[in-house]
Amino acid sequence: MKKLLLLAGIAALIYACGGGTQQDNTASDEASSSASSSSTPAPSDNPDGVGKFKDVQIPEKLDPALADKGQSVYDVKCSSCHKLSDERLVGPGWKDVTKRNTAAWIMNFVTNVDEMLNTDPKAQAQLEICLVRMPNQNLSDEDARNVYEFMRKNDGVQ
Amino acid sequence: MNAFLKLSLGTAALLAVGFQACKPKNTSSAVSGDAAVKAYVPPGKYDEFYNFVSGGFSGQLSVYGLPSGRLFRVIPVFSVDPEKGWGYSEETKPMLMTSHGFVPWDDLHHTELSQTNGEIDGRWVFGNANNTPRVARVDLKTFRTAEIIELPNSAGNHSSPFITENTEYVVAGTRFSVPVDYANGDVPISTYKQNFKGTISFISVGKEDGKMDIAFQLLLPGVNFDLSHAGKGPSHGWFFFSCYNSEQANSLLEVNASQKDKDFILAVNWKKAEEYLKAGKGKKEKVRYARNTWDESTHTGKHEILEEVTVLDAVALKDICYLIPCPKSPHGCDVDPTGEYIVGSGKLAALIPVFSYTKMQKAIAAKAFEGEYEGIPVIKYEEALHGEVQKPGLGPLHTEFDGKGNAYTSFFVSSEIVKWNIKDLKVLDRAPTFYSIGHLSIPGGDSKKPNAKYVVGYNKITKDRYLPTGPELAQSAQIYDISGDKMQLINDFPTIGEPHYAQSAPAELISKNSVKIFKIEENKHPYVAKGEKESKVIREGNKVHVYITAIRSHFSPDNIEGVKVGDEVYFHVTNLEQDWDVPHGFAVKGANNAELLIMPGETQTLKWVPEKTGIFPIYCTDFCSALHQEMSGYVRVSPKGSNVPLTFSLGKNSSDAMSKENNSNGQ
Repeated sequence: MKKLLLLAGIAALIYACGGGTQQDNTASDEASSSASSSSTPAPSDNPDGVGKFKDVQIPEKLDPALADKGQSVYDVKCSSCHKLSDERLVGPGWKDVTKRNTAAWIMNFVTNVDEMLNTDPKAQAQLEICLVRMPNQNLSDEDARNVYEFMRKNDGVQ
Repeated sequence: MNAFLKLSLGTAALLAVGFQACKPKNTSSAVSGDAAVKAYVPPGKYDEFYNFVSGGFSGQLSVYGLPSGRLFRVIPVFSVDPEKGWGYSEETKPMLMTSHGFVPWDDLHHTELSQTNGEIDGRWVFGNANNTPRVARVDLKTFRTAEIIELPNSAGNHSSPFITENTEYVVAGTRFSVPVDYANGDVPISTYKQNFKGTISFISVGKEDGKMDIAFQLLLPGVNFDLSHAGKGPSHGWFFFSCYNSEQANSLLEVNASQKDKDFILAVNWKKAEEYLKAGKGKKEKVRYARNTWDESTHTGKHEILEEVTVLDAVALKDICYLIPCPKSPHGCDVDPTGEYIVGSGKLAALIPVFSYTKMQKAIAAKAFEGEYEGIPVIKYEEALHGEVQKPGLGPLHTEFDGKGNAYTSFFVSSEIVKWNIKDLKVLDRAPTFYSIGHLSIPGGDSKKPNAKYVVGYNKITKDRYLPTGPELAQSAQIYDISGDKMQLINDFPTIGEPHYAQSAPAELISKNSVKIFKIEENKHPYVAKGEKESKVIREGNKVHVYITAIRSHFSPDNIEGVKVGDEVYFHVTNLEQDWDVPHGFAVKGANNAELLIMPGETQTLKWVPEKTGIFPIYCTDFCSALHQEMSGYVRVSPKGSNVPLTFSLGKNSSDAMSKENNSNGQ
């Protein structure tokens, strides 16, 4: 009789353990689905990309003071990976970057790096070529505008 | 947590109970009901509390989450940490300097969080060094040691780093009385009674910057000061220290310091001491002690030696100090949230005396003294006593409070936590610990406002608690839910070093201030390279300064030639990253040194003296990107007197590489 009881106990144990394992699976499924939803959001095809900048208006003439400020940001935060020619280092060279992208796209990319790399098709295409995610270098909005002006100078805007 | 998960975990816990019923009685018998649910923090979710745990003989301070018991960080404080370069980088070496030179290790016993109005404010956590007496302040914005001050005229700083209710002072005391530094210390040990003195230091803490200064030291008879706590509310202005060895034994203390039926709790009126100080009653004494401060803008520690301290003679200057007899070698000295009750815990006692601040004041006013001890008035035991907790357990050590009128005391000898009511002194509940608990901690449990959800026990003996790891075991800690009437064991976790006192604070109080990066624009390190354009190698005699930058995933420069055997090479590594959680590491083959871990925007320096010719790789030690394995470089070391010119470069296709002209051409 004692043995029988013990067997019943073990059966109950196994049953309960089975339930527990199933539960674990459910929990991990939930976790993985939420993770994947954040890493593959719907692609955006806005030419300005994603971020706070939309339809930025830039005067035709170069602002040399802004461009100078932009160069000092470039020296500290960008030059490790980007050349000013068309040659790729870690990231693409900057020559003609302002002709390939809108001002808003560039300013969004440098201030909102992770979201752009996760959602913007153009940014993702660059990532496929370079295979190094651009680091978020914590540029302020002002830094972004200045760097854009420096890029324009580099592209020959007078 | 969804209901299904809760149900299932509950089932698992019930199962554990069922399982335990058919097994012989063991340590898991205390776990019951919904313990697993209460301690479970799902992956990706945050803990409710930060738990700052002293590392004991590791010299460090560890940070855990409650209720999960997960370890988040070990903050290097008093001991070197090669993993983080602490005590190895040129910048951190000054932090471990003392009047005895560089001391690479210590024994950190207690942590204390800064308070404002008697509540934890989440700004700093203090730690004490028991061996070479010091107090450290850790900044909770960066979770780094910001300052360390040494204590002159001291040995064995144990009753520390407890604070007053607005962090006006952090205190320190001598566990080992010694001759003061300004007297001749070359005396026979047997002259303890004549020559050995106790001191208690009041270290002021800057309101804004936290900067520590020894405001004054109290000169006291030679005894062993053990633990302390500040008065609060009505008793603000007083500080209470337990002391043992009133026998003044200097050998076989185990026996000779346990002769008397009672030792003392020392009550210090520090407001009175401030008055004497203002009145110029302090004596300036010539001593030597270190103060080391970390500068966040230069990312560098500064070591200074201070040469004077103000000493107040607590025997000659009346009304600062009073003694209250306390049974059998008192250890814990804890003040309840109202500030009215002072709980003494005799290590060898079988009762807990609770003293009343109001009664103590009356006794002092009425001069209800039983006599003097070495010139200090001793208040009659009964005149200061609120009452005794009878038969609470064996070997009471420490007490924390829940703010609901209850106290929780740890019992080393009987291995348990006992909950009792402060007013009527009745025991309400007891829970076993595994094994031989030392300190215990309730979030805010020594402040005016405890957050009494959990009590954590920090045990001295581990035995069969975890899978065996040879003779040396991790120490165990246990978390009990105390939100109900009964304590419930809900979790158990191993700790680093040997935990003594610990404190906890609500997570959001601290997490919201946590620094993510250091701004590269604000880096004022003398050898910073702000951008690869500024990276370079400069020789000054036999010193070679390498201004090297790190960014995912290369160093600039990464090829260096012209270094010679016997040169002192200083790699000043600047991490150019400005994104959270992207440190770079740095190591050199054969360096008689550790690695560096450089946080985003920071500069740290590794010194290397090459002893052999050849090619020496350098590399990044902290996985940083898909091309982390490529983050490396070479240094060529030539013989002494060689004429290999000093050159440096980075990648043929780099504009910065070959020469500075390339850059200035702005190509």
